[in-house]
Amino acid sequence: MNTYDRNMSLTGQPPKNVSAGQKWATLLGLAGLFILLLAVFNIKLPGKGWWLALSLGLIFGATYWYSKMAYANKEKGIKNDGVWFKSISSRGFWAWVAGIAFTGFYIILYFFPEYLGLVQGGQSKGLISLFDPLSKMLSGNAASQWFVYGTLYTVAILAFGVKFIWKYRHNRYEVIRTFSVMFFQTAFAFIIPEIMARLNGNLPYYDLKNIWPLNYYNFERYRINAFIDAGDIGLAMLIFGVLSIFVITPILTYKYGKRWYCSWVCGCGGLAETAGDPFRHLSDKSLSAWKVERWVVHSVVVFVTLMTTAVIYSYLGNDTSKYWLTKGTFLGGVTALITLVFLWAMIFKRKQLKQDAQYGAIGYFVVIIALISMHYFSGDGNIFLFKSESLRKSYGFLIGSVFSGVIGTGFYPIFGNRVWCRFGCPMAAIMGFQQRLFSRFRITTNGGQCISCGNCSTYCEMGIDVRAYAQKGENIVRSSCVGCGICSAVCPRGVLKLENGPLQGRIKPNDVLLGNDVNLMELVNESQ
Amino acid sequence: MENIIIIGNGISGITAARHIRKLSDKRIIVISAETDHFFSRTALMYVYMGHMQFDHIKPYEDWFWEKNSIELMRAFVTKVNPEAKEITLDTIRTLKYDKLIIATGSKPNKFGWPGQDLHGVQGLYSKQDLDLLEVNAPNRDICQRAVIVGGGLIGIELAEMLRSRDIPVTFLVREDSFWDGVLPNGESAMINEHILEHHIDLKLKTNLVEIIDDGHGKVKAVTTDQGQTIPCDMVGLTPGVSPNIDFLKDSGIELGRGVKVNRFLETNKPDVYAIGDCAEQHEPIGNRRPIEAVWYTGRMMGETLAQTICNNRTEYRPGHWFNSAKFLDIEYQTYGWVFSTKGMQEYETQFHWRHPNEKICITVSYHKESGKFLGINTFGIRMRHEVFDRWLSEGAHVHDVMTHLADANFDPEFYAHYEADITAAFNRHAGVQLKVHKASMKSIFQHQS
Repeated sequence: MNTYDRNMSLTGQPPKNVSAGQKWATLLGLAGLFILLLAVFNIKLPGKGWWLALSLGLIFGATYWYSKMAYANKEKGIKNDGVWFKSISSRGFWAWVAGIAFTGFYIILYFFPEYLGLVQGGQSKGLISLFDPLSKMLSGNAASQWFVYGTLYTVAILAFGVKFIWKYRHNRYEVIRTFSVMFFQTAFAFIIPEIMARLNGNLPYYDLKNIWPLNYYNFERYRINAFIDAGDIGLAMLIFGVLSIFVITPILTYKYGKRWYCSWVCGCGGLAETAGDPFRHLSDKSLSAWKVERWVVHSVVVFVTLMTTAVIYSYLGNDTSKYWLTKGTFLGGVTALITLVFLWAMIFKRKQLKQDAQYGAIGYFVVIIALISMHYFSGDGNIFLFKSESLRKSYGFLIGSVFSGVIGTGFYPIFGNRVWCRFGCPMAAIMGFQQRLFSRFRITTNGGQCISCGNCSTYCEMGIDVRAYAQKGENIVRSSCVGCGICSAVCPRGVLKLENGPLQGRIKPNDVLLGNDVNLMELVNESQ
Repeated sequence: MENIIIIGNGISGITAARHIRKLSDKRIIVISAETDHFFSRTALMYVYMGHMQFDHIKPYEDWFWEKNSIELMRAFVTKVNPEAKEITLDTIRTLKYDKLIIATGSKPNKFGWPGQDLHGVQGLYSKQDLDLLEVNAPNRDICQRAVIVGGGLIGIELAEMLRSRDIPVTFLVREDSFWDGVLPNGESAMINEHILEHHIDLKLKTNLVEIIDDGHGKVKAVTTDQGQTIPCDMVGLTPGVSPNIDFLKDSGIELGRGVKVNRFLETNKPDVYAIGDCAEQHEPIGNRRPIEAVWYTGRMMGETLAQTICNNRTEYRPGHWFNSAKFLDIEYQTYGWVFSTKGMQEYETQFHWRHPNEKICITVSYHKESGKFLGINTFGIRMRHEVFDRWLSEGAHVHDVMTHLADANFDPEFYAHYEADITAAFNRHAGVQLKVHKASMKSIFQHQS
């Protein structure tokens, strides 16, 4: 280890050192964070609004300035020099410091919000109250810990989004995509729900782009009641919530792959692509990691489906005369839908599924159907062997908090930036299933031009061994691909292109161009 | 069971091994003195630049070889005896083979410059060269200036590598312009500009005369035929490569610059074959050189020879020429044949277009009389291999190519398109009135339907 290894920069290029300006920028950014820390310790700051503005301004401005110095004066192109030499981006000392700090923040946020200043049933103090002026400006209400988190989240996406755009300014796909995630975070996740709350206080907080099952609580009783109580607008939002998973998502995923959501719209994806970008190469590319991924992420889908079914079931009635949707019709509908999807996959797409995927599908299907049919033998509210409330609680704790927050984001500097999206997100798994079997999206491999260098695989945040396909001349059609486009960007030989094309011949490897010049007519005849 | 020994674990040897395994259950032993496992040689630069770690440039995980029963051996083959069908390892052990594949690749050229063996002087080819570079030029404090001699692909890569660590680089190029033995003048000039943009001190028409000793066996400076003395701590010698075949000298296997092979990649000795950089065709194939030190041709030869080894004797027929490289930030692809301005064929005409501001250009070569499309060089625009391969196979007219150029575009989505500008420039160049067609999914993917 040489001394350069202790460089703490995110974007400098060791063994080059960071410039003096970048050191100043780091200092200013830390000053912004320090103001937040003062608030945590209840130091009285007169004129809270100004301090908050100063803090967020410093954080954003410092990141902007730092990035500009890192990239603006360089030729445009790929900027990965020294990524594996820098402590922060190669699981070194600073990576662990950052990982532990992020994780600690999430643990406090989810489980001990009183340390952020939350007072049960009273006025908040500390950090949360520092955000009151901004919250009152938007929604008219005092801030909560979630508002603090949402604000910091948005600032992170915006500041690091700007950094990302500097870094990839030669690549219009990346630039436009990054503007998209910055827009959806700021407008849909941050501003619109707050303004809706101001206009109609009865509406539940609803980030419209946050779709079930990612938004696993969307169809819970209190929300459904609130939607319905809020009148037409509430009802429209509820219908939109149902349509977005059952109609809008399948159509867009068919046309563009799941990237339309995961790397263009989604908030989790937005943070991963911006603040998480310096850590994308840390994802595990081994075959064994892929196996774990497939079992874990699909188990989460099964879990969330069961949990939601149980929760909705628990508050529906039995009397058709009161409301058309009863326990019986609901369960029947769920069973029919799952059976249809299962049969479609097994009858029409069986050839595209590997053996273990078939076993998995059959296994999951049997489990779900068995549990659902069990309801006929179990008492009310005790469907699926467990109480629906305890199912919901354990999902919220294990998946919603621990997996997506503490591990998924807290461990960015250790496991890479898409741990949650890859191993945990049920929404990504559902769209991935469709992307694999029924979508126009693929990453096309450019004939025989691959030199097996490994940049694509290394910089794939989803841990896909892109090279394994590219060097065979095979297109990449993988359920986990979020379409970030970085494999294509870092390829030194122009081998990869994300595109939407015909379903026919979507995967076919290109033997002709890879190897010896075979007889073309023979090959054409064979394929007919 | 037949015993196949492959000397060399580069792309040719490993491709041969993988395909023999696909086709048969023969015993396969791959011997390398360089590394335990196959790695992508073209990616060594990214390890030094910190884009990847060495493990990342290995295309297969380490368990792959045992799982596919490909035996790997770390040893240096010192002698081959085709009569006894055996090879000698590290001068002591011997190993019998039924079939022997020589895939030993290249070694960097050295032209007898005074001081070429001093400490701090090195080429860039092997893993060992990469390790040595970490000693010679780990950072700017230890290496205050590097001099690179030889203006080819490895030279410019080495310059890029050193610049990634902020090390000042002087780049001595013998020719009038960078790589102008291969590239047409317009392209070569653009790369010259780009080299300077990256703050590389490019010295054209300059030859190395001597590498000067600091008195302790280490390089201190170089002198050039332009009368300059350039103080430096490291000298990169990158004037090309030649086949790595010294160990075959007394084997009786016919050698030229490389191992002489026929179209079936067979040497003059029975059951001995040579593939990749070290193989030399008796007669060049088409416009190709008899020795092709290119990743892609190595891969094709490995695939072809696997057929022959597995009882399907197959001729090496490497389709249409293609290649690619990256010059600092500029990607380069070529399909078919575009000759340099110096080396232009008498039947060839070229059309060159360059973007007014960006470092983007293309050169299209076509037949003077028939208008048949012969090839394209493209810089800063990615093009679709399959489409050009089809056009070359069909003998497309250059007018068709210029009209349907959008079908061949392979740039990422939302990139600016230049087909309209290119075709307009071609119309002025050729005095014609071609109209650009929009990209058509149907014609791009037509081979697949």
